[in-house]
Amino acid sequence: MNDYLLLFMGAVVVNNFVLTRFLGLCIFFGVSNNLSASAGMGMAVTAVITLSSMFAWIVHHYILVPFNVTFLTTIVFVLLIASFVQLLEMVVKKYTPALHKMWGIYLLLVATNCVVLGVPLINVESNFSLMKSIVNAFGSGVGFALAIVLMASCREKLRLADVPKSLEGLGVAFIVAGCLALSFFGFSGMIK
Amino acid sequence: MSSVIAIIAVMAGVGMSFGLVLAYANKKFAVEMNPLIHVVEDALPKGQCGACGFAGCMAYAEAVVLDKDVAPNLCIPGKKAVAEQVGKLTGKVAEDIEPRVAFVKCSEPVSVGSKKYIYSGIEDCLAASLLHAGPKDCEYGCIGLGTCVKQCVFDAIELNDQGLPVVNKEKCTGCGKCAAVCPKKVIDMIPIDAHVAVYCNSHDKGAVVKKFCKLACIGCGLCAKLCPHGAVKMQNNLAVVDSSICAEKCTEMVCLDKCSTKAIKTYKIPPLEMEQAV
Repeated sequence: MNDYLLLFMGAVVVNNFVLTRFLGLCIFFGVSNNLSASAGMGMAVTAVITLSSMFAWIVHHYILVPFNVTFLTTIVFVLLIASFVQLLEMVVKKYTPALHKMWGIYLLLVATNCVVLGVPLINVESNFSLMKSIVNAFGSGVGFALAIVLMASCREKLRLADVPKSLEGLGVAFIVAGCLALSFFGFSGMIK
Repeated sequence: MSSVIAIIAVMAGVGMSFGLVLAYANKKFAVEMNPLIHVVEDALPKGQCGACGFAGCMAYAEAVVLDKDVAPNLCIPGKKAVAEQVGKLTGKVAEDIEPRVAFVKCSEPVSVGSKKYIYSGIEDCLAASLLHAGPKDCEYGCIGLGTCVKQCVFDAIELNDQGLPVVNKEKCTGCGKCAAVCPKKVIDMIPIDAHVAVYCNSHDKGAVVKKFCKLACIGCGLCAKLCPHGAVKMQNNLAVVDSSICAEKCTEMVCLDKCSTKAIKTYKIPPLEMEQAV
């Protein structure tokens, strides 16, 4: 149990994908303009990462390893994630229209994101068990959501600030992201 | 060789099975949606301004198709053409929408107008208006920090060199977002063919307002008395024009003659003067 908790916390703060591993930066900057959109994006990413990691583990262990074609991992995972996101979108649209409305376009944007591909690949590389893969993926998703929500709150405040003309918009967002990343580096070494 | 076959088999197998699952899911989880919604959405201007009162063009398209009480003429930027098209598509009768544009009622230059204090806080009218009702001496005047400019999704407003917002009548769609956000309610939505307009928003008494603004309506009421059709009324020390009466009856615009501060001015050049101008 302790193991899982450490793995989860490690994924959320210590190895935060956006702020310490610098994956998924495109949506991190693209969708962090307002708080509600970024919360929706964070949730969509968490759901997709967790579920696709689970399927990725199954595909890796029951198809790629027995056939001795583990060098196909990346391309198979890309295929898997793209189709899984499509499937998830259909299911969500059918059964929970409210959630579909909230996630809207974000769900499909997630399909092409590097975090979503990165997490299953790292799981496979680290030889995690199925349960550990899921916990690690969920933690990474929560970490991503945390980072993007923090960023969106900062940027909402920034909009009212008197930013120098040359830094307006993305410029100051990069600086803020750098400060956030620095503060997250403070967690490194907490969990080995 | 065997590895090549394995690669082909695995990729083909995996791809095929995902494809089949998706094809099955597409049938199984199909959501029935009225195809008309997309047709209506295509007809809308897609500015996502929210002037219709819905969360965006898609939401309005859905509502107007599915709910028979939602009128087809709610899209203000789309004007008459879109209203008619939506009405035709949904089988509803589109009533006329009067084309309106934003009109800035204040004409006191922000850059030189008299001030209570020097404001150097957040560049936003809402924030500035919290401090002693804004830096201007005139409590009803435009603060000039451009909150309306930021709000406009159609790029129809900009600040001129005096710091006052200027509306581009060609671009303004009349969605009213700027009027809603202005803390001083300086922006009004008026018919695009209004004859005259009062270029002041001050409800202060004449003696008070004269102290700090030469261009203000002092509330003398001469224009209201002069207008033979009763189109100008005094409300709380400010002349208010009812443009619908002007459009119907006005031929001579006598209200302009006696105004000592010229706060009431022509808005649109009437056809007669236009000919003379040419």
